[in-house]
Order: sequence, then C-alpha cells, then structure tokens
Amino acid sequence: MRLETGGLIDRAAPLGFRFDGREYSGFQGDTLASALLAGGVRLMGRSFKYHRPRGVLSAGSDEPNALMEVGTGARRRPNTRATVQELYEGLEARSQNRWPSLAWDAGQVSDLLAPFLGAGFYYKTFMWPAAFWERVYEPLIRRAAGLGRLSGKRDPDACDKAFAHCDLLVIGAGPAGLMAALMAAEAGARVILADEDCRPGGRLLAEREQVDGAPGHAWAAELWDALAQMPNVTPMPRTTVTGAYDGGTFGALERVAEHMARPPEAAPRLTFWRIAARRAILAAGALERPVAFPHNDRPGVMLAGAARAYANRWAVAPGRRVAVFTNNDDGWRTARDLSAQGIEVAALIDSRAGVTPPEGPWQLMTGTHVTDTRGRLGLRAVQTRDGGGRHRWLEVDTLAVSGGWNPALHLTCHMNGRPRWNPAIHAFVPASDAVPGLDVAGAALGQFSTRGAMKSGQYRARKALEALGFEPPSIPVPNAEDTPPRLSPLWQVPRTRGRAWLDFQNDVTVKDVALAHAENFRSVEHMKRYTTLGMATDQGKSANVGALGVMADLAGREIAQIGTTTFRPPYTPIDIAALGAGADGRGFAPHRLPPSHAYGLERGAPTVEAGLWHRAAYYPREGETHWRESCDREARMVRQAVGVCDVTSLGKIDVQGTDAAAFLDRVYANTMSTLKPGRVRYGLMLRDDGFVMDDGTCARLGPEHFVVTTTTAAAGQVMAHLEFCAQCLWPQLDVALVSVTEAWAQCAIAGPKSRDLVDGLLDAPLGAFPFMACGEVSVRGVGARLFRISFSGEHAYELAVPARYGDALFRRLVDRAETLGGGPYGMEALNVLRIEKGLLTHAELHGRTTADDLGLGRMVKPGSIGHRMRERAGLSGRWREQLVGLEAVEPGARLNGGARLVAAGAAQVRQMDQGYVTSVCWSPQLDRYIALGFLRDGRNRTGEVLDIVDHMRSGAAQAQVVPLPFFDPEGGRLRA
Amino acid sequence: MRYSGWQVIAKGLRGQRGWQPAWRDPAPKLAYQVIIIGAGGHGLATAYYLAKNHGITDVAVLERGWLGGGNVGRNTTIVRANYHLDGNTEFYSHSLKLWEGLEQELNYNVMMSQRGIINLAHSDGQMDFYARRGNAMRMQGDDAELLDRDRVRRAYPGLNHDNPRFPILGGLRQRRAGTARHDAVAWGFARGADRRGVDLVQNCEVTGFRIERGRVTGVETTRGFIGAGKVGMAVAGRTSQVAQMAGLRLPIESHVLQAFVTEGLKPVLPGVVTFGMGHFYISQSDKGGLVYGGDLDFYNSYAARGNLPMIEHVHEAGMALMPMLGRARMLRHWGGIMDMSMDGSPIIDRTPIDGLYLNGGWCYGGFKATPASGWCFAHLIATDRPSPHAMRLRLDRFETGHVLDEEGTGAQPNKH
Amino acid sequence: MRLTCPLCGDRDSREFSYLGSATLSDRPADDAPFDAWHEYVHLRDNPAGPNAELWHHVSGCSAWLHVVRDTRNHQVLSIRLAEEGA
Ligand SMILES: Cc1cc2nc3c(=O)[nH]c(=O)nc-3n(C[C@H](O)[C@H](O)[C@H](O)COP(=O)(O)OP(=O)(O)OC[C@H]3O[C@@H](n4cnc5c(N)ncnc54)[C@H](O)[C@@H]3O)c2cc1C
Ligand SMILES: [Zn+2]
Repeated sequence: MRLETGGLIDRAAPLGFRFDGREYSGFQGDTLASALLAGGVRLMGRSFKYHRPRGVLSAGSDEPNALMEVGTGARRRPNTRATVQELYEGLEARSQNRWPSLAWDAGQVSDLLAPFLGAGFYYKTFMWPAAFWERVYEPLIRRAAGLGRLSGKRDPDACDKAFAHCDLLVIGAGPAGLMAALMAAEAGARVILADEDCRPGGRLLAEREQVDGAPGHAWAAELWDALAQMPNVTPMPRTTVTGAYDGGTFGALERVAEHMARPPEAAPRLTFWRIAARRAILAAGALERPVAFPHNDRPGVMLAGAARAYANRWAVAPGRRVAVFTNNDDGWRTARDLSAQGIEVAALIDSRAGVTPPEGPWQLMTGTHVTDTRGRLGLRAVQTRDGGGRHRWLEVDTLAVSGGWNPALHLTCHMNGRPRWNPAIHAFVPASDAVPGLDVAGAALGQFSTRGAMKSGQYRARKALEALGFEPPSIPVPNAEDTPPRLSPLWQVPRTRGRAWLDFQNDVTVKDVALAHAENFRSVEHMKRYTTLGMATDQGKSANVGALGVMADLAGREIAQIGTTTFRPPYTPIDIAALGAGADGRGFAPHRLPPSHAYGLERGAPTVEAGLWHRAAYYPREGETHWRESCDREARMVRQAVGVCDVTSLGKIDVQGTDAAAFLDRVYANTMSTLKPGRVRYGLMLRDDGFVMDDGTCARLGPEHFVVTTTTAAAGQVMAHLEFCAQCLWPQLDVALVSVTEAWAQCAIAGPKSRDLVDGLLDAPLGAFPFMACGEVSVRGVGARLFRISFSGEHAYELAVPARYGDALFRRLVDRAETLGGGPYGMEALNVLRIEKGLLTHAELHGRTTADDLGLGRMVKPGSIGHRMRERAGLSGRWREQLVGLEAVEPGARLNGGARLVAAGAAQVRQMDQGYVTSVCWSPQLDRYIALGFLRDGRNRTGEVLDIVDHMRSGAAQAQVVPLPFFDPEGGRLRA
Repeated sequence: MRYSGWQVIAKGLRGQRGWQPAWRDPAPKLAYQVIIIGAGGHGLATAYYLAKNHGITDVAVLERGWLGGGNVGRNTTIVRANYHLDGNTEFYSHSLKLWEGLEQELNYNVMMSQRGIINLAHSDGQMDFYARRGNAMRMQGDDAELLDRDRVRRAYPGLNHDNPRFPILGGLRQRRAGTARHDAVAWGFARGADRRGVDLVQNCEVTGFRIERGRVTGVETTRGFIGAGKVGMAVAGRTSQVAQMAGLRLPIESHVLQAFVTEGLKPVLPGVVTFGMGHFYISQSDKGGLVYGGDLDFYNSYAARGNLPMIEHVHEAGMALMPMLGRARMLRHWGGIMDMSMDGSPIIDRTPIDGLYLNGGWCYGGFKATPASGWCFAHLIATDRPSPHAMRLRLDRFETGHVLDEEGTGAQPNKH
Repeated sequence: MRLTCPLCGDRDSREFSYLGSATLSDRPADDAPFDAWHEYVHLRDNPAGPNAELWHHVSGCSAWLHVVRDTRNHQVLSIRLAEEGA
C-alpha cells in the first residue's frame, strides 16, 4: 500500500506496468518491487528447489527471492531482481520458474517431498538402473531446474565497452564514499565516483536521518551535484563496480538504459567499463543479514532495513500490521520509522534480554524469539517464545527481521584476500591490503554509524591522497548520527523444529547444514558445495555468514575458527552482452580483406577464411552451378594461358641492416647469405624444438635489404618470432624488421602467357628475368616489385605495388589476362595447382612435421634455429610419417582429407595406423583425385597400395603411393 | 553404508538421521606403504585403485587444504575422448570407459551425463582436420561422427550458424562425451578409498622429501614427518613446486585458466559445444547455469585468478557463437592453476629418484582423465611398470623427441 | 594487469603477448651439450614468486620486454627492454 506522503518518488509522474498480465501503477522513482508492494503484491517468486512461495527479502541487489523476467520478445531478461529494476512506463514483468501460475505452482510437490530431498540426496540415488540417468532422471531434473528463460533471440539492443582512468576510484556514494570523493576532488585528484543506485546517498536514502540539519538524502544529492560540477570528478550513477583485478584495474557495469523500455537512439543498453585507478576506496556499505527460524521464508518476512527502506524511500507500507524481530539496536529504527509513517507496528521483538528498546505504540518483547510463522502465500502470523519459554501467536502480515549487518567487503576478496572475523562487531571485516591500492571505508569496514562512516571516508581519502602525492584538504565532518548499534549474535533461533532457511533461493536450511556436518562435510567449502549454500544468484550475500554461525554452533567453536567465506567476482552478475559487447556478427575477430575484394564482390566470388583474411574462393562464370566447375576451369586456365590471383595476405617482412644476411642465416634452416641481390630463394623456418614453423620466400633486394614472405596464417607469429630473435637472442646484430604485409598489394600472375601479360604492363620491357629473379619495376610510374616465383608450377610472377594501387592493379591484370584467354583465379584453384606440384600449406606444416618428414631434411644447416633439437631420436627415423603423394586406386573414386591409411588388408585399428591424408583435390590436369598425405617410411613405399580408413565420409577404399610432384616433375614449365 | 534410493527414503522418514560420515578424519600414522600427495581427483582415484586393483591399502593421501579443493572442484567438467595422437587416444579412451561405469563402481552418483560434445568447424581445412581426428577416434574404438552444416543446425538451433566471420560448416561429434559433477567425483573416490582403508589426511601440506641414497623414504609435512615406501605426486598446478623439493626440474609451467557460470536458466543447450576458432566452449549444468570458458590467461601464475582481457575475450566469443546469450548474466568467475606441459600432454612416470612417482602435466584437460589417471598411476606405483594405457606418457619424451603435441604448437605451454 | 613499457608508458596488459621464462634469451651455443639444449627448450623453474619472463609489446612499439613479476599475485616488480641485457 502506498503511503499518503513522503518518499523519494515523483507523484506527479505515474507509470503503468504489468506483472503476470495484470495492470499496476507506480511512480517515477519506484523500483519494480516497491511498486508491486504498493500494489499489494507480496508473492513475487518461487524458490529454486522446493518452489516455495516467496516475496521480497531485501531492497537491493542482494535480493534472492523476487527474480522476474522483465521485458518482452527478444528484450526479455530473465532473473531480474525486482528490487533494483527501476520502474518505467509500460514495463512488463512475469514471474518465473513456476507452472502453471505463480500462485498455483505444480513444482511445489517437491516441497512435500522435502523430507527426502536433503542436502546432497542426489549423490546417493538415481544410480539404478544405470541407463536411467541420461534417459529419465536427468531430463526430469533439467526441466525442473533453472530459473528464468532466455528469449532464444538475438538481443536487439547494443552494449558497449570503454576504458576510464582516474587517480582515485570511489566505490559507493553513501556517506563514506561521498566524503572520500569530496576530499579527493578538493585536492584536485581525478575522481570517479560510482554507485550502483540511480541516486546518491546509499543507506541515507532509506533512513529518516538528518545530516547537518537536512534530510540525509538531500545532503547527499546536494554534495553529488556539487561534485558533478567539478571538472576533475566523474560521477557514475547506476554503475556497479563488479570486480577488482590486477594493477588497479576494476571492472564496472553501467546500466545506461535499463530504466527505460529501450535505449535512446545511439545509446547502449549497458556499458562495461575497465577503470584503471591509481588508488581506490571501497565504500560499498553493509548488507543486512536474516535470522534462521522455522518458516522464515514466507512472503511478508523481510529484512528490517528493507522494510524501512520501502516506507522511507518509496512511501510504501510493506504490510498492514508489522512485527519487528531483531538482535540489534538498528532493528529498533524500523519500528520507529514505520510507526512514524502511520503503519501499525504490533510488536518489537528483541532477542536480547536486558536491553531497553524505545517505547512506542507497540508491544515490547525482549528476550523473546520468533519460533515459527504461518501463511501459505503470505505471512499471517508469527509465533514467539519469551524468556520463560511461553509461546504465543501474533497476527501480523509482515515481519521485519534483522540479524545485524555484514560489511560489503566482496571486492576485497577478489584477489584472494581473506576477510577477518571481528568479534567486537560480530562480522567479517576486510583484510587490509587485500587488493593493492584499495582501501576500505565506512560500513564496508564495519563503521556502522553515519558520522563514523563519514570520518572513515575522509581518513581513507587522506591516506590515499598522500600516497598519490596530493595535499589533502581539511574539510569539517558534517553532523550526523554517531552511535553504532549494539548487537548480540543470533544465527538461528535455538530449540525450534521445522525448516529454518539460510539460503532462500537455493532452499538450504539449518538441517541441511547439520546433515553436511554429520556426513563430515565440515570445512566451509565442503559444506557450501554439499548443500549448495551461497551458490544462488545472490552468491551467499544473505546466507553465508549465517551458515557459518550455524556451523560454529554445531562444532561448538567460534566463527573465527570455522574459516571465512570468500567471494568471487562479479559483485553482481553481468550481462554476457556487456562483457562481449561488439562481438556479435563480424565484430568478434579481425576481418581483413585483400585489395581485390571489391572486384571479387562484383564478380560474385564467394570468400573463404584464411587466417585473419577472407579471400576469394573462385570467380564463377555464367552458367557454372557448382564450385568445382569454376575451380576446374580456373586451374586449367592457369595451366593453359594465364591466371591472376591476389596473394596480398601472405605475410611480408622487410629485413634490413648490415647483419641482415647473417640474421636470416640463423632464423632460416637453409642459407640466405649466399643469395645474390636480385634473387629469391625458398626458405624453411624451424622452431628451436626442431619442428617446422613456417615456410616462404626470401628475396634479396640489395646487399642489406631482404623481403621475406610467410604463410598467411603464420604472418603474426613469424613476425613476433623474428623480433624475438633480433631483440632477445642476438641484440648485437644490426638488423631492423618491419611488417609490410598491409603496405604492399601483391598479385600472382601464373601460366604460360604470364610473361606476355607482365611484359605488356611494365613501363620498361622486362628483359631477361629468370626463374627466382626479383627486382624493382615500374607500372604506370608507380614503383613496384617483381618476383619470378611460382606456387603453381607454371612460369609465374608475383607483382607488388603499394597497397592503394592494389585494386587498380588487379583489375588491369585481369583485363589483360582475359585478352590472353586467362582471368582471375581464387583459393580453390590455387590449392589444386599447388597440390599437383606437391607444394605445402599449413595442412602439411601442422607443427608436428620435421624438415625430413617433408623431404627437406638436407636443407637444414648447423647454426640455424632448430637444427640441434631435430637430432633427437623422436624426430628422425623411418617410423616417422613422411610426405607422400596419393591417388585413388579405383578410377574416379574420391579421396578425402582426414582419411587414415593402413597397409592393404590390415586391421583398421589404431595399432595398425600408418598415416593420414592432409590435402585433396580433383586434378583437372590428371583427370582424377590426388592427395598429399603422411605415411610411415613413405618415401620408401612408392607404388604400394594402402587401405583407406574413413569413417567420417564416403570415398575411395584404396590409395596408391605415387611420387611427388604429380605434375611436371622436371619443372620445365617453371623455368620455361 | 551403501547409498540407494531406499536409503534416501528410509533416512528421510527418520528426519535424515543415521547417515554416516562420508569419510573418516584420521590422524596420520608414522609411516605408510604408499603416500599420495594431493587429494584432488587424481590423487584420490590413485588411492582408490591402489586399494581396489592392487590390494594396497596402507595408503595415505595428504592434502594441504580440503580434499577436492583444487582443480577437481573448479573445472568445467567436460569428459571426452577425442584426441588424435597415439598415446593420448588409448589413454582417454580407457578413461571414458571407466567413466561409463563410475556410479556403480563407486556407489556414488557422479552424474556422468553423456550428452555429447560437438567441435564446430568453420573452414574446409578444419573439417579435414576433424575428419582425421574422428578417424583416429574410431580406430581406437571410440565413437565419432562428422556432421555437416545441416546436421549441426538441427542439433544446435541456438547457435549463430551464419555468423559472417565464422559461419558453421560442420562439426565433429562424440556422443559418449559429456559432463560429470566435479565435486561428486572427488567425493565418490574419497569415500571409496576411505572405505577400503585409505587414510585421507586433510590440512597436511607436504613441505619436503626425505631422500636417502637416491631413494625416497618419506615426506616432511605441516603435521610432521611421515615415512613411506613409495610416494606419488598428484598435485596438478603445484607439480613444479613439489617436484622441486625433490630437486627435480620439470617440463612444466603453471598457468591460470578461468571459467564462468551464469545464473540458472531453463534448458537452452543440450550438450557441450566447442568453438575452437574462438577458443570458447560451453555447456549447461543440470542446475541450469551455463558453464563456459576459453583460453589460458597466457602468463605464468599461481594466483588462481585471472584478468579482464581473457574474461572479455571469452564473452565476445560467446556472443559471436550464440547471440541469444546476451541477456544471460555471468554470475561467477574463477580460475585454477594448470600444470601446462611443454607438449600439452600429461606425464605419468617414474622419476630419477627411486620410489618417487610423477603424475602431472594435465593442462586444462585432466578432469576427464581422473579415473584412468588414478588407474594407471596406481598400476605404475604398485608394479613399477607403466600401465598399458599410459605407455607413452613418459617424462623422458621431451629429451627423446617423442612428444605428444596435439596442437602442434611446440614447446610453448601457453599455446597448447 | 598493467605493464609500463619503457618506450610507451603504462599500458593495459592486453597490448602485450607473453612468451615465457626469460631464460629463453639465454640460448645455448650451437655446440653446447645436448642437455643444455633440452633444458633450454623444455625445463623451467616455474617459481611461485618472482619470475623473470619475456613479454612482447605486440600492439604497441613491438619491443620485447624483460619483466620480473610475482606469479603469486601478478605484481610487476621490474621491466626493462630485453635487448638492453641485465
Ligand atoms: C577452469 C578450469 C576448467 C577446466 N575444465 C576442464 C574440463 O572441462 N575437462 C577436463 O577434463 N579438465 C578440465 N580442467 C582440468 C582439470 O580440472 C585438472 O586437470 C585436474 O583436475 C587436475 O587433477 P586433480 O584433480 O588431481 O587436481 P587438483 O584437484 O588440483 O588436485 C591437486 C591437489 O594437490 C594438493 N596439493 C598441492 N600441493 C600440495 C602439497 N605440497 N601437499 C599436499 N597437497 C598438495 C592441492 O591442494 C590439490 O587439492 C579444468 C581446469 C580448470 C581450472
Ligand atoms: Zn612499447
């Protein structure tokens, strides 16, 4: 019910919304939970295991019960805490994890079975019959489990990620955080002040306290506004600092537009921030903890601080007739505040004997406990037991419970810090220096009075400023409440029967903890894992400390001896869309396109992935319906006339220096220093473990100037490796390396007519340009490089021009090629041509092959990288699989990459495995399937027929080992 | 006490009274025939099979913290046998077979759920590679099938099959793969070993070895010296540290691997999906949380926690693969210390010190190895000969060059 | 994690790539005994504590860096250019 007056809501701005199809209304400033309570809704969810009816427990992000699906269609967001979801016009909410309806949930049968479903029961059963786990039990469990539903659709709203930097990050804009931020701001430090709420003030928003004579929330708002005016301060409302990471890096989630139906034009829904802070102050306040007593989970039982927050901040009466049950002075405020708002407070029940709570229009019951409750879908009555053991029932619809407060120290655990038990305040407090550069202030440190928190904020800010080299200003501490509440611990009400909840969402009760104890799951972590306590969506914010108290009682020890709880990031859950912002669609990985891409698009060329690049696969002609048709035509075209292929994606590294040649001699297995300027040589690079890393060409443009190429996929790796060699291994060598992959567009021109084509294009006649020559040329006045190298076995060139001319060059080459009966060719034909010649790609250079496996063993020379370790027994010998050519025995039968080989007639089992097929193509030249593969002792087995083992695809049954290359073994065409 | 549905009902009727402790908490004896260091999955399984297969019950498992608190309790629980190199194939194949009967073997529901794994392929080259792997699996006697684009689409409609950067061309499926409940595996082996007389000693850190004339005679611990005829190390991410106490330097680096879980959700994913190009994998637990992870953080670490660059990368991969995940929320992330070997494959072998045995180098894949690792390590310790299932998991393979480099990335652990 | 590159300044670790132990800079001579090669390629101290290691500022200036970092808590203790030697 909405109260007549008060609250930080805008009564002039009513908002309509729906919950489970029914219409309600609230006001600007409401949360979904406050508006539902105002609308008389108490039943807001169902628990996970027993499907117990549940209402709100808290008024913040620690809420375990009131989880809902908010939004519709692709915008539906499951497991949204109603307590932090700001209300907006048209909000649609639905209850979840219930069927058919929230009030009538079939899942509740599990509550009847609860006696059998104690902690860990599933480890002891569902084992018979063995096959039933996957077929019967698990599907049933899976269907029943889970909370909300994903929409199954792509999120239409974008999220964002960003970096921020500051001298001081202040986490939490309550009294401590505001004072810390003010200090730092006045000192001139760059300050970020983040708070998960939409308004500053923290706990002050929920209290009727005065600060310097003004309402606390007004004081906070004024200070916040003043800070926001300062150029060195960045206030970040609706921003939860979710995690503390190394080097002063914090993760933070800003809910930019979740208080609206959809983000405004061009704004993200969420922004995930990485904040690099030189220092930070955690002023995240404290979270109230419940008390375990039988049936403490009914809708209407809520935390005392939350009850007060609903009344004070949102002008909502949590119920008509309220009782307060507390073990500390702070709970008294709830009685006082609710009563002041005109809500009937029937009783103030304090577990402590000998305290004197304030008088009021309520029944005072000290030394008294709540021992049970009643009410199926909402609280109707509570049972109390006084010091003399007398029970009585009290008719109330709301019970406000306080078991004390736990400092919100979660971030201090993120780098393995272990909180410390402080027996004076009966709470865990953060270990000091748990996160380097992070100090803790205010209630998060156990300073529970407002003024105490402010002083603490100031003090920590002063220390941080001094460490940063700023002069801390002196600022008076405002007048505010200054008496910390007293408390005597109460984890569970003793001598009761019936289930008493510790973890509300996961339905973990005191009995479960006792069972874990009895079964020797006694370390904190065993208990947690066995019972699932603390594993729900609130990650034990409300449950952990209470459970430790219960464990301590069971073991007859102090909490400090039981161990500590630890919290892992994030503080509150983060949408995957925020952490993964930008990666849907193309955004995930770099996507490089060669200069001829536009041409390829015009020609309808599909692309294939090659490392970071997408390259044209083939260029279909009119009438061609299958890729093979295009590919065969292009391959033939190269062999018969001339083809043009964009090979820009190959890595290109410029190597210069007086020691460039010596350097290359070391990094290549073969010798490069003997290469003459104007010549190119094939190069093989090994790793220092003796296996092949990559291959390519090395062109010597001048005495101290080389350009080496790498395969497309290994370009980055080879560049990093060469830099490593130059900087770490041989810094004394005078050599400089630059990756010029993107600087040069490069096209292969291959085929018997390639010379005609190239010659006609160059500004000067080509002249003698033998196989493996290279040199500078000019194309229409543009400086270019020409290499006479071939990856097809044909007379061929590669022509490189500065990248901006790449598109023009490619088009010109294609035009001219077409006049010569040729044209462009793509990756598919390129692959056919190289297989016909037995040339290698990463299908063969897969990191486990040696130079010898490839038949290149003789190239490797002493003094080069990898040459020593390749001497190991495991890297040589006839048992190793060597590169071979393969052809199907049955004419026309298909070969498949990935097929395995065994000797003819041998059993097709691992022990008989002889090798495998790596690259396959249909050779239009040879009119059959051909393949490259690796075979044990393969070079000695030419002519042998092998059985093919291929369970994955259908194809030829037998293959014959043939010599490589398949085509033009003398290489006459190459040199022609 | 045997566990069964009847017990659960009977004890339920009596208010859950009468359950026995799952294991004892014995004080360590002065000496044991065999000491296993580390009560992770592998250490506990080793103790279990020493007792079960070899009748050796004078065994203690020493654990520095609480049993099951290491990687066995932090992993993403994927069980599979989809390797392609001799040495790995037979070992993991054996492991999968042991998994298939583990509930009955241990009388403990470890929730081995054979819901299948699929490795997605995005290029023809990758399809060929998966075909090769699938064939190796089949030749080993395990199941494997290569799915084309349409079959993947039917099996996993929730993926972005038409991602313009990484369209899904197909995938390799192993139906017998799946997930198991990690804690239950540790607890099941612990209970089984305890019931056969093995002493499980928690809060007992090994701080040194006593080695006399090249032979180990016991271990120094935070609870005093304990003598032993034989000592087996099964300490996962701490392998280098513990081995160093015996003067050994290993081909291992410790790295951190992170993992993530979302809030509970109604079922959206039937099995395990890996997106190799994105270094991402995901499955959904019985409780409804999506469990997922990716690559190592790349730097050496004993901190058992990671940093944002990898956290973000994993989520980016998730969004690329399954855009519908956008409004699911990551609830918790954590890390574990991996003993990354130089070829990415494990080691089960003797050491140069008599009576000291090594089980390590499990990298990020040792959970699925748990039963076979215990089986083979127990065989080695009991007989001083390698188990036929683990012949090639030798320590000297780095010297001899008979490395098992599944990824082909060489002696750089963070690349495996 | 953040690293201060001697050339570029304080940067997020995502700009860098990691190779491994700084012993990788101490490559044995070509004719060193085989054991030295085996140690160089395969064996690592792998300390839980300060570790000298090699990082590459791959998305920055391309410098290789010699970094001492505590593997227990990721605190960076010192950084210099690898080519400058000890
Ligand atoms: C995030 C993550 C995801 C993973 N995902 C998978 C997966 O999906 N599939 C898969 O197969 N594998 C996975 N793994 C790997 C797998 O968890 C490990 O390889 C495996 O658990 C290691 O073996 P273990 O269980 O014996 O190790 P642990 O459980 O780590 O056991 C080692 C034990 O040794 C103890 N110890 C260490 N030093 C000492 C000492 N000095 N004295 C006494 N005790 C000591 C430790 O406390 C620890 O309990 C993953 C790992 C992580 C971290
Ligand atoms: Zn730099």
